[in-house]
Amino acid sequence: MNPAPPTPHDHPRSTPAPGPILGAEGITRTYDGIIACRNISLDVWPGEVVAIVGESGSGKSTLLHCLAARQEPSAGTVRFRPEKAEPVDIHALPEAARRRLMRREWGIVHQNPRDGLRLYVTAGANIGEPLMALGERRYGSIRAQAYHWLEQVEIDTQRIDDLPLTFSGGMQQRLQIARVLATRPRLVYMDEPTGGLDVSVQARLLDLIRRLAAELDIAVLLVTHDLGVARLLAHRLIVMRRGEIVEQGLTDQVLDDPHHPYTQLLVSSVIQV
Amino acid sequence: MTTRLLAAAAPRPEKTAVLTYNFAYLDEQTKRMIRRTLLKAVAVPGCQIPFASREMPLPYGWGTGGIQVTAAVIGRDDTLKVIDQGADDTTNAVAIRAFFRRTAGIRTTEATAEATVIQTRHRIPETPLTNRQIIVYQVPIPEPLRWLEARETETRRLHALAEYGIMHVRLYEDIVAHGHIATTYNYPVLVNHRYLMSPSPIPKFDNPKLHRSPALQLFGAGREQRIYAVPPYTDVKSLDFDDHPFAIEPWERGCDICGATDSYLDEIITDDRGSRIYACSDTDYCRRRVAAQDAENAGAGQ
Repeated sequence: MNPAPPTPHDHPRSTPAPGPILGAEGITRTYDGIIACRNISLDVWPGEVVAIVGESGSGKSTLLHCLAARQEPSAGTVRFRPEKAEPVDIHALPEAARRRLMRREWGIVHQNPRDGLRLYVTAGANIGEPLMALGERRYGSIRAQAYHWLEQVEIDTQRIDDLPLTFSGGMQQRLQIARVLATRPRLVYMDEPTGGLDVSVQARLLDLIRRLAAELDIAVLLVTHDLGVARLLAHRLIVMRRGEIVEQGLTDQVLDDPHHPYTQLLVSSVIQV
Repeated sequence: MTTRLLAAAAPRPEKTAVLTYNFAYLDEQTKRMIRRTLLKAVAVPGCQIPFASREMPLPYGWGTGGIQVTAAVIGRDDTLKVIDQGADDTTNAVAIRAFFRRTAGIRTTEATAEATVIQTRHRIPETPLTNRQIIVYQVPIPEPLRWLEARETETRRLHALAEYGIMHVRLYEDIVAHGHIATTYNYPVLVNHRYLMSPSPIPKFDNPKLHRSPALQLFGAGREQRIYAVPPYTDVKSLDFDDHPFAIEPWERGCDICGATDSYLDEIITDDRGSRIYACSDTDYCRRRVAAQDAENAGAGQ
């Protein structure tokens, strides 16, 4: 089956949007001739949560890195629409402008919170750092925002001056999310945000991400191999296999009525308790 | 043949022993290389420029960078002053002055106002510098971001893109731990509104003297092979927060020797029962004030 063309679906909360916030066209990325993803096109609209699912090695993380400008694709363009501006080709931008965009408009939540945090500076400084990078120069205001975001991610505000090194895995992941959200990005990339956490912590974290994404009206592009995570969070689902999109559509639609044999296999392999 | 061998073996007159060194120790090609680096450094204030640092006859950490910069800029008419922690009479200061007297045959002085080149470790003299003077700083670690970012490739990129947010993280952490910015030396500065610079380990008391100084300020880091500069009359701003502004440390007392209340004081322990005095770290400044007071007293006595 040919993948259905991406459709701009109506998000209940969003005001009529002028176009997708992120548009990828013909993304191909090879490593020494080995194809990690081939000719991928997709759109992400403001305020929607899109999940990319697929087995390990299907190219979903490579795709995410290309979309987040952490890697350059071998071919294809990625267009991002900054607030109140025309879409820009992120890989064609000069590095300084691209990094400014990454700081101001995007956030990346890494699978391992240690990749996204500074473990040897306090939790408050971790939240404050992206703010200071954007030019915030009032200590009191940084402090207030650190308190605010710790509350938002349900970390005891008394821990503000503790090192993330002393936090549990789940707390570190929540702190990472607080740090990413502090700059109020319009698009957040998440690479297996719940990987490596135990199930009860996972559930709480998913709840939190869902609530914050809805409240702050941010677009989320989520990479996961866990269909349960996708079902809970995503409005739209993209199924990848061997570097290509095999099926996409609304999450419930894809999961309840999978068309592609590979998606059917994925859905049927979920362990039921 | 024999005559020539005999002549070579004969003890040389003392004068020629001095002449066996090229002027100011370094060979001319090396000095040219350093001067080219200095020109780049002056052209881009606060930017660290790599240079091919040479082995010098003193250990790393004793001023190998500063001594090379001094050697490259000093001329036959110059008068050199060398201070270490403000003092003219410490081992390093005495040795480096003697080094240049011997290898360059130039005049040296302890008086700040008489010097045309001042090499310093850890202090800027209290006597205001003039536009006739060059001050050369010895720098151990030129990279101000090293505390937060260990990779040289990454710090270079941060400088290139002027991404200095992480420097404020350090100041933030200070306030969290101490209630105020507790960094007291090597206090980071922004030069000419562009480059973040380590002012070398001078006390933050001296930071205001960097700002719009009439003197040319050169920084040499020998082990790290970096040179940077602040041209005369360049803006140098100490980083801070709007609600925690930069401030220099105050003293509740004056110098116990000369009574100065406007100079940086050293705490000197005088015996093993805990007695101590506070005295100007700038020995030349202190001595000059004492001499002036003596002269005044003598005048009043007559």
